[in-house]
Amino acid sequence: MNDKTLNQKGWLFVLPVVVLVAFNAVIPLMTVVNYSVQETFGDNLFFFEGVKWFQEVLHSERFHAALLRQLTFTGIILLIEIPLGVIIALAMPRKGFWVSVCLVLMALPLLIPWNVVGAMWNIFALPDIGLLGKTLNSLGLDYNFTRQPFSAWATLIAMDVWHWTSLVVLLAYAGLSSIPDAYYQAAKIDGASNWAVFRYIQLPKMNRVLTIAILLRFMDSFNIYTEPFVLTGGGPGNATTLLSIDLVKVALGQFDLGPAAAMSLIYFLIILLLSWIFYTVMSPKEGS
Amino acid sequence: MIDLSWMAWTWQTALFFAFIATLLIVMTIWEIRHPGGAPRRGILGIVTTRGDRLFISLLGSAFINLAWLGLAGPPLWGAVAICLIYALAVFRWV
Repeated sequence: MNDKTLNQKGWLFVLPVVVLVAFNAVIPLMTVVNYSVQETFGDNLFFFEGVKWFQEVLHSERFHAALLRQLTFTGIILLIEIPLGVIIALAMPRKGFWVSVCLVLMALPLLIPWNVVGAMWNIFALPDIGLLGKTLNSLGLDYNFTRQPFSAWATLIAMDVWHWTSLVVLLAYAGLSSIPDAYYQAAKIDGASNWAVFRYIQLPKMNRVLTIAILLRFMDSFNIYTEPFVLTGGGPGNATTLLSIDLVKVALGQFDLGPAAAMSLIYFLIILLLSWIFYTVMSPKEGS
Repeated sequence: MIDLSWMAWTWQTALFFAFIATLLIVMTIWEIRHPGGAPRRGILGIVTTRGDRLFISLLGSAFINLAWLGLAGPPLWGAVAICLIYALAVFRWV
């Protein structure tokens, strides 16, 4: 552990990425920090306000409600997408012609742009002309995602599950494909049940890719904007106004750059904390 | 001279970023003098290097300040004092 790294040339190869990250992430983030302590009325004129906006956001019921909706949304989609992705990956064939077919089918939703997904589901779920909406109503269910908060939430979650479960499937499948046959043969000799094979061979071997899947889905779902914006526009009322939609309303709708910047930073810190906790808890222990 | 007025700088935020930059420089010098990051398993039960300990200190400090602001309001000097104690504790025991 204490061996000194003699060759420092590797840093030169990292330099372009460092410069790129500095320009597309660090400098904008620094600007947001600067905005968060000031008030502006446009024309590049700023007035120092200290921590006023942070205090305002922390006491804002609107922010609390949006944060609660965001946490609920992320929790629900993680609870559905991760187990579902693993189940589908386990059910997929490992050899032969159908492997390619399954992989292509799984990759399809991921290739569709986010705004198109939102528009597709909007039309698909319309209660009067959409296939889903009309079918549900003809079955006697009272479904209207433009008017009922529950229907809006159900549609939003169904859309996200449809769009992103594939990512978990592909990652879990990659993890499963890396398990050598010898493990399965040894389990067969020991007479291990399917559950035992899953619990003691497949799940530990998928640990790393599942960590990545959970982190990616957590961060993406916490930042989600385009799909719910196109599908429901945050409605009905504020029922599906997630944090990012609320943030854009404050920043661009009301042009309150100071409060929006403070909100962005709190939002960023929450993502950073939860990602770190997920990563720390789920990373395999050294030596295990 | 590059025009950075669009970044809306204030001396307070410049001071904050200078402090973060200084921390990173000090950590780099520390790493050059004592390479390896001094990994150990602390009270959280996870292996941390001194870089991890700095990250935990900074992230925790941000939340201490937010909690202070939400519960007590400005000024934040009390929160800063707690952050310093917290950072020392992290570097000593985490």
